[in-house]
Amino acid sequence: MKLKELVTKKLTEKFPEIKFDITDYKDQVAVTFDKQHIVPIADFLKNDEELQFKLCEDVTAVDWAKRKNRFTVVYHIFSLKLNTRLRLKADIDESDLPDGKAGFNIESVSSIWKTADWHERETYDMYGITFNNHPDLRRMYMPEEFEYHPLRKDFPLMGIPGSLPLPKKEN
Amino acid sequence: MEKLTKEEVHPKILQALLKVDSDISVEDSLENEMILNMGPQHPATHGVLRLLLRLDGETVIACVPELGYLHRGYEKMAENMSYYEFIPHTDRLDYLSPLANNVAWALAVEKLAGIEAPPRAQYIRMIITEMARIASHLVAIGALAMDVGALTVFLWTLREREKILDIWDILCGARFTNSYTRIGGVANDAQPEALAKVKWFIDQYEPNLDECERLINTNRIFIERLDGVGVISGEDAIEIGLTGPNLRGSGVEFDLRRATPYLFYNEMDFNIPVYKEGDCLARYFVRADETRESIKIIRQVLDKMPQGETLANSPKKVLPKKTEIYSKMEELIHDFMIVNFGINPPVGEVYSAVENPKGELGFYLVSKGEGHPWKCKIRSPSMVNLQALPMLVKGHMVSDVVAIIGSIDPVMGEADK
Repeated sequence: MKLKELVTKKLTEKFPEIKFDITDYKDQVAVTFDKQHIVPIADFLKNDEELQFKLCEDVTAVDWAKRKNRFTVVYHIFSLKLNTRLRLKADIDESDLPDGKAGFNIESVSSIWKTADWHERETYDMYGITFNNHPDLRRMYMPEEFEYHPLRKDFPLMGIPGSLPLPKKEN
Repeated sequence: MEKLTKEEVHPKILQALLKVDSDISVEDSLENEMILNMGPQHPATHGVLRLLLRLDGETVIACVPELGYLHRGYEKMAENMSYYEFIPHTDRLDYLSPLANNVAWALAVEKLAGIEAPPRAQYIRMIITEMARIASHLVAIGALAMDVGALTVFLWTLREREKILDIWDILCGARFTNSYTRIGGVANDAQPEALAKVKWFIDQYEPNLDECERLINTNRIFIERLDGVGVISGEDAIEIGLTGPNLRGSGVEFDLRRATPYLFYNEMDFNIPVYKEGDCLARYFVRADETRESIKIIRQVLDKMPQGETLANSPKKVLPKKTEIYSKMEELIHDFMIVNFGINPPVGEVYSAVENPKGELGFYLVSKGEGHPWKCKIRSPSMVNLQALPMLVKGHMVSDVVAIIGSIDPVMGEADK
């Protein structure tokens, strides 16, 4: 409970104009907000003297399939000072990319936590979410030629036949 | 290892390689620079890790790790099977410490479903986790020594590990892929025979480890290959997300057993070995010391372990014993329901992380109230630790790359999921 109050107080003081939804489920505090605020909020949580969430443990996404905001990007960050973990969540929907194309995108936090680099690459690979201003957004596991994003709910468990071409035998 | 031409490297990887600044201009780069392919079938990369190294003479300028050669899609598979069915798959993540992964999964699901395992089961879990830690670190130490040329140590540490595997064999009937934990407890109670063997093992372990250490700790070749190689500061280590022994080798005292205690670690008296240097040698020392602390923990657990049940009494969520299924109607119904429809945890999400031998292993589970998880994210320590590799190898020789990989101790089964 203590962390929830502390985070609520800190965040509403610093960002009075942003609407936060702060929940506490099984002693795990989660903060939900609009996706365009991710970078200032992450920056604040990392560098605030009292909080110091310096370790970014994990970045991933959840595919809700038929919901309006189809994906939720989830960040788990840890404060070595408070010995506690915080979950950040931001819903994303298909909206405009900087270059005019439509697609799922969110601002990258790899400039704040360097470790987010590979986590975001993995999320991009698995869900097809573009992280804007990411330094090196390549696929993490699947080959670069692969066209699908396997952890999306519309990707079948058995895979798509022919989507991964085998190397041709040279004669 | 083979030399590659620019046409053979994927353009995006080439771009990542060439992005790093070097003193050499593009014109004479073909004279002095080359791109070297290391892996994925290379004995020193500890599995199917592929590295692309950009070299200036013999010095590494840039390194791009390529993952995914062992990608089996466990997160996708987890979304399509029940919580019980995924237990054997956790064995295949970090295959050097399968029992620690089992415990991590069981704790995550129990947190999600609101079950608590009985005390005896939790104490047994602590024993097996610490034994997995010893086994994993023994392989790490042996493989590191072998990578830098000390072959005997590998044989001696594997001899010790073999004893642990024998104990696992008695305990749960399997040497490697154990699948010993269940949701709400462990598969079977620890037999007195197994516990006696654990006691025997911890009594004879430390002299044997000393023996192994005597081989290398005063060995000038070993020390000079590792001392001051692959240095990373504590701040950088946190920034890049290192956890486990690799972080503690950089002077950061962070251990999830202490920071967010689970099982009964808050009752145990143990130290967290920390070394300030942040080089390969420090990471090796941390691992060696950690196995000694694990011995201390196991000794305390054996003293404190209570008698009692090893499976929680929660019929709708915990699988009944096989003998009861055949003789009791109620148990048969519960078994049928759990196997066919799953345990249906309430709607919600949890992130549960434990201190594995390699670092922080976390499971992020999202439940929609169904028998299978809606989402399962595996936060694997090896993958995040590997991310530090380009930072560590920069400016070192090609032969040091092998030593640095050995000191990070990645397991590709986990890094690739």
